[in-house]
Parts: sequence; C-alpha cells; structure tokens
Amino acid sequence: MTGTEINSCTEALRLLAAHLDGELGGHAHSEMERHLRTCRSCFSRAEFEARLKASIAGLAQEPVPPELSQRVHTLLREFTVAGGD
Amino acid sequence: MADVATAQMNRTDQSWFADQVAKLLPDLYGGAIRLCRDRTDGEDLVAETVAKAWEALPGLRTRDAFRGWIFRILTNTYISQYRSSRAQGDVDSLDADGEAFSLFEHVHQPILLWWGNPEQDFLNGLLREDLVQAIDQLPDTLRTVVVLVDVQALSYREAAVAMGVPIGTVRSRLARARSQLQKTLWDDAHDAGIRTRQSPSQREEKPDDRD
Repeated sequence: MTGTEINSCTEALRLLAAHLDGELGGHAHSEMERHLRTCRSCFSRAEFEARLKASIAGLAQEPVPPELSQRVHTLLREFTVAGGD
Repeated sequence: MADVATAQMNRTDQSWFADQVAKLLPDLYGGAIRLCRDRTDGEDLVAETVAKAWEALPGLRTRDAFRGWIFRILTNTYISQYRSSRAQGDVDSLDADGEAFSLFEHVHQPILLWWGNPEQDFLNGLLREDLVQAIDQLPDTLRTVVVLVDVQALSYREAAVAMGVPIGTVRSRLARARSQLQKTLWDDAHDAGIRTRQSPSQREEKPDDRD
C-alpha cells in the first residue's frame, strides 16, 4: 500500500474496512487518518462502522458451561497421565 | 497420537498449554457455537480442538502464535466434521457482483437533526441477540470469515491460513459477509418497526413504513 494517496471519499471508503481491521500499512494508515480528520462524512461513517464492529466483537466470548470445563480438564489430565509424567 | 505428543513435551510445555487453553476457553467456545449454531455441537468442537491441539503442539513454532494456531485447528475441525458437504458450494451461489449494502447509508441523515442522531440510535438499539441471529443467517462460508475476523479478531493472514484460502479471498468474502450481515440487521430492524427515529413529516411521506 506504500504510496497510496487518499484524495477522495470514494478511495477512503474503499479502504475503510481494511483500516478498521488494522490491515493498512504505514503510509496508507497515515493517509486514512489524515482523511478522517478532515472529512466529516467519512469520519461519521468510520465511527458507525467501528461501533458496529465493536458490537460484533462483543460476541467473542461465551460463558463456558461447567460440563465443558470439566471435559477439557479431564482430557488434559488423561493426556498428561498417558505420557507417564 | 496423544501419547507421542506427550512424550515430546516436558512438564513446563504441558502446564503452559493447559494455561493457554483455560484462558482461551470462553473464546474457543464463543467461536465454536457461532460456527456450529448449536451449543452441544460447539462443546464437542471445542473438546476435539483441544485434543488435536495437544497432538499438534510440538509443531507450534512460536508461542505468540498460539491463538491463531488453535483457531486454525478449530476451523479445520469444523470444516471437516461439522460443515455440511454442500456448504462450500454456498459461497459460489452468492451474488458476487451484487451491490454492497451499507447500513450506514440507510440509517444516516445527511443533515444534522435537532431531535437526535439516527446512527447512534440504531446502534444503541441493537441487541446481542440481533447480532447473533444476523450472523447465524449468513451462508456457512461467509459466517466462518465473520467469526474469525469480526468476532475473534484474527488478522486477514491468520483467517486465510485457518480457512486454507488466499488473503484476497478473505477480503472478498468479508466484504460480502458484512454486506449481507448489515442488510439482515436493516431488514430485521425494519420488520420490528425500529428503523430510525424520524420526524412525523418523514413518516407521512413513506406510507410503506406504516405496516
């Protein structure tokens, strides 16, 4: 992405997802930050997408049922014992 | 196989592995039930993943890569044992050239409204269950990429390795998945009558909103 210049909202929106995913390289990242500082429309869009992304990331963890914890614990103990350690 | 793996590990390795698994168990279970859409299958998937990870642990090159590595095992196990055989074909039937749906563009009001912020209102009204149902409705292949990248925060590279596809495929599937996800959220909000806060005059102009 080196050399990427972001001179339009179209270009900024094309790169927005990768930007929010932390997948843009140094120069492109800086260019994106610069554009978002100066463009209210793209900034609003970025804020919205970032909040939605954060909401989805909130689904990452689920409370582990005791049966599953016990099952995994037993599994690991069996493996360790099987190795004679 | 577990015996072979155990023989190659010392007590420190074993203890480290157990600690990592314990720490990641809520994430693994969260990822598993999003992939399987079923809690019982999710539990089985996690248990199988832990067993396979134990066997494969001697091959783990760097401990820093553990999270991406074990999610790769979870994804591979899901694909090989839980995903229906026709699921891989689902992605081919999707409208690859269809126009991307933007939730923001549907919610956003181009002028500042004195009575509120429609974007914030929409997001504030989203429930965890709304997101779960929208993800569950995605075709299998698209759901997988959303679970890995959006839910579990894997990098594109980690997701590509986990799914056995090029990074470009991760990008394109992700774009399509997000488009479908946002359209589902919009349609569900519309069905529930909670679209956005609108002025009375705007509502009067849209008779299709009254049902």
